[in-house]
Amino acid sequence: MSASHSISTAKSGIDTSIAKLLQSALAVCFGLMIVGLVGFSHIDVLHNAAHDTRHANAFPCH
Amino acid sequence: MSLFRSIVFASVLVGLIVGVAVSAAQFLGTSQLILKAEVYEKAGEAAEQQAAASSEDHSVMAAHDLRAEAWEPADGLERRAYTVVANVLTAIGYALVLTGIIAIRGKPVTWREGLIWGLAGFACVMLAPMLGLPPELPGAPSAPLADRQIWWMGTAFATAVSIGLAVLVRKPWAVVAAVVLAAIPHLIGAPAAPDGAHALAPEALERQFIENAVMTSLVFWLLLGSLSGTLLRRFET
Repeated sequence: MSASHSISTAKSGIDTSIAKLLQSALAVCFGLMIVGLVGFSHIDVLHNAAHDTRHANAFPCH
Repeated sequence: MSLFRSIVFASVLVGLIVGVAVSAAQFLGTSQLILKAEVYEKAGEAAEQQAAASSEDHSVMAAHDLRAEAWEPADGLERRAYTVVANVLTAIGYALVLTGIIAIRGKPVTWREGLIWGLAGFACVMLAPMLGLPPELPGAPSAPLADRQIWWMGTAFATAVSIGLAVLVRKPWAVVAAVVLAAIPHLIGAPAAPDGAHALAPEALERQFIENAVMTSLVFWLLLGSLSGTLLRRFET
């Protein structure tokens, strides 16, 4: 294996791991947004629809 | 398949299973207790309104009318259906967070290890926040909503980072930092309910509710953890 080839393999390895990190972090952000909307939104209609779920999950309510 | 798609597919599947299972548990436990508490809450509100009407304090009445105007699901099937939807969405949200963090760490997780991840989630969003803000029935006195939400989120986040430091870094300084970080929200203290206010529901009902809510949450997180670990591995291979 030539030196340049091994460098490019190492570089693509880093690219993949950065891509995986970004994708995982994006999933975490989406998850937090969903929980935020269901459990923490101040919009009355959303609060009322998710009322019993909020109480059962000990999300601050009312 | 891209990692993002694997995480999303695994989380949606986990959320559907866990959300429906936990809804069944809630309908037998917490939801019944909430309905009982609402009888006390409504009686309390009616008494308050009557007092306001007799003292001709129209601003209180107007505030009440405004709040009553917002749509809410009708008791019975409709209310239960919305609770199922909210539970499934909550489970999908938490599954995305948990699976995302598992993927960031990069080591495959078996269902047994998933249970530990689930316990960590339970500690972050139930155990730690409930030390200051225990699960409440409707009609319980409390500090302003936004203050409690900020404390709740701060506590959950501090606890999560604390567990991450202690378990994943495994250095003496990390353990010290973890203990300090976990303690900070509790040293600050949760926003307290106004002095002299009292809950409308009897204390026995409140205790029963806390017990039910905590046990249901434990089941939720054990299921969520073990399924997230297993399903992400399935989708990744």
